[in-house]
Amino acid sequence: MSELLLEGVPRRGLILLFALLALLLLLPLVVNDYLVTVLILILYFAYVGQAWNIMMGFAGQLSLGHALYVGLGAYAAAALYVHFGVSPWIGLWVSMAVAAAAGAVIGYLAFRFGVAGVYFAILTIAFGEFARIGFDHWRWVGGSAGFFLPVANYTSNDILSLRGSPTMFYYIVLTLTVAAFILCHVLLRSRAGYYWLAIRESPEAAQALGIDTFRYKMYAVVLSAAMTALGGVLFAFYYNNLFPEQVFHISRSIELILGPIIGGIGTLFGPIIGAFLLTALAETLGEVMRALGVDLPGIKQVFYGICLLVVVVFLPDGIWPPLSRALGLQKKPGEGDKGSR
Amino acid sequence: MSGRLELAHLSKRFSGLRAVEDVSFAVPEGTIVGLIGPNGAGKTTCFNLVAGVYRPDAGEVRLDGKRIDGWRPDQVCRAGVGRTFQLVQPFAGLSVMENVIVGALNASTNVREAREKSRRIIEQLGLAAKRDQAASSLTLPERKCLEVARALATGPRILLLDEVMAGLRPTEMDHMVSLFRELNTKLGLTILLIEHVMRAVMALSSRIVVLHHGEVIAVGTPAEVTRNPAVLECYLGGEAV
Repeated sequence: MSELLLEGVPRRGLILLFALLALLLLLPLVVNDYLVTVLILILYFAYVGQAWNIMMGFAGQLSLGHALYVGLGAYAAAALYVHFGVSPWIGLWVSMAVAAAAGAVIGYLAFRFGVAGVYFAILTIAFGEFARIGFDHWRWVGGSAGFFLPVANYTSNDILSLRGSPTMFYYIVLTLTVAAFILCHVLLRSRAGYYWLAIRESPEAAQALGIDTFRYKMYAVVLSAAMTALGGVLFAFYYNNLFPEQVFHISRSIELILGPIIGGIGTLFGPIIGAFLLTALAETLGEVMRALGVDLPGIKQVFYGICLLVVVVFLPDGIWPPLSRALGLQKKPGEGDKGSR
Repeated sequence: MSGRLELAHLSKRFSGLRAVEDVSFAVPEGTIVGLIGPNGAGKTTCFNLVAGVYRPDAGEVRLDGKRIDGWRPDQVCRAGVGRTFQLVQPFAGLSVMENVIVGALNASTNVREAREKSRRIIEQLGLAAKRDQAASSLTLPERKCLEVARALATGPRILLLDEVMAGLRPTEMDHMVSLFRELNTKLGLTILLIEHVMRAVMALSSRIVVLHHGEVIAVGTPAEVTRNPAVLECYLGGEAV
């Protein structure tokens, strides 16, 4: 197992990775509560970005509706908790199953009937919008007035019902992010990983080499949806309120994919770097604006737009590929085995 | 290793255009058969009918006696038919090694095994120096080699080669020819090749099938086919060489 994990990983990369992990583990002990909430946001986006990346970065299927899976995951676990007192640790399985089923339906419709590329992306948006409108009218989960979880008592952490301090959530989302990273790392080196990349590069050639492209695309969608739903569960129990207009809104889907796009689609570190840069910079910008007493609504979105523009124009592969080369984690083409992936 | 391929009364139309009409021929186990004909004769359509890209309007394709027409391309591949594309389709963003590994994973689910096998095949095809380069950095002849390497890695019983010699230098072509001959004699691999380069077809094929306007107009040994009046007619406009 450890051989499988470490194979093809440069030594220097491993050292940096453990240094980063140690830093992330210790950070909440030294920074204030506000920074912990920013870090939670960063890791949350790193996690869901990683999940989205399986579909787009690995298998080449562009989803612009991942808010659907976040929302389904969030609502399923929250409803079970509020209405039936089911622990989120049990609810999350239901969340993942519901999201996976939704992903399977979308994937089946698209891949069976040859909906690909831009049309596939539009289909994913459509399902996100269906859900938004549907949940707006679903009274059992509050409809458009929102669905609320009993607000946490910050003096004690109740991990079983996910009620507690930001620090508790920080460690949970850090665990998720690390687990997703390891999972993706292993997947990329597995048969499924190779098959996904082949499908991304040329579906026709992939099929000619014996790959059941329908099946492997389905795997990617279902896995990505289920993982994203887990992010949704955390979202629900961290924020304690869910509004369809926010949770399922297409801007949530876009926000979620900016990290991996800016960091580097298809790379393992892209979603993490992207989430870190975007969230940290956006928060800094917000703070600076507040300090200056300037109130510009939508400034964050404008900032995201500029970031996207700069990266697309100057670093079309994202930040990670050139950064990893600069850090000496990736050998130049022709120098030897593959590096940072 | 068997790998007998039979095409029986295959027909395919594309909205009125008869691309392939009542084509029947066999590729006996362990042989190399050449499929030739002028541009637009239906050679690649024949390949695509065998490989599962198109479903024939009529007729059957049999691999070792088992019908495979109407199967999906991946099912045909898993049944033991490896193919290359005339317009090469490398996985451009992946390295040469990774390209071949994808093929090798068809035969073995173990990535490490697939990697070993890919290494050998890349060596065999003279791509070792390019192993870790992105496929997008390869020249056209190298890409053709990569197509063959990938198809070979799937562990086929029969290999369908669609103009892999086109654009190759004579020395490269000789290398390919000797490679295919070796695969054929040592491993018993059956090969069906579409080729315009006559030198290669003549050197390799034990039998040649000539297509013209979607129909088989001649079948025979290279010597027979080149003396066939109908073949000369369609290729050279009637004058004997």
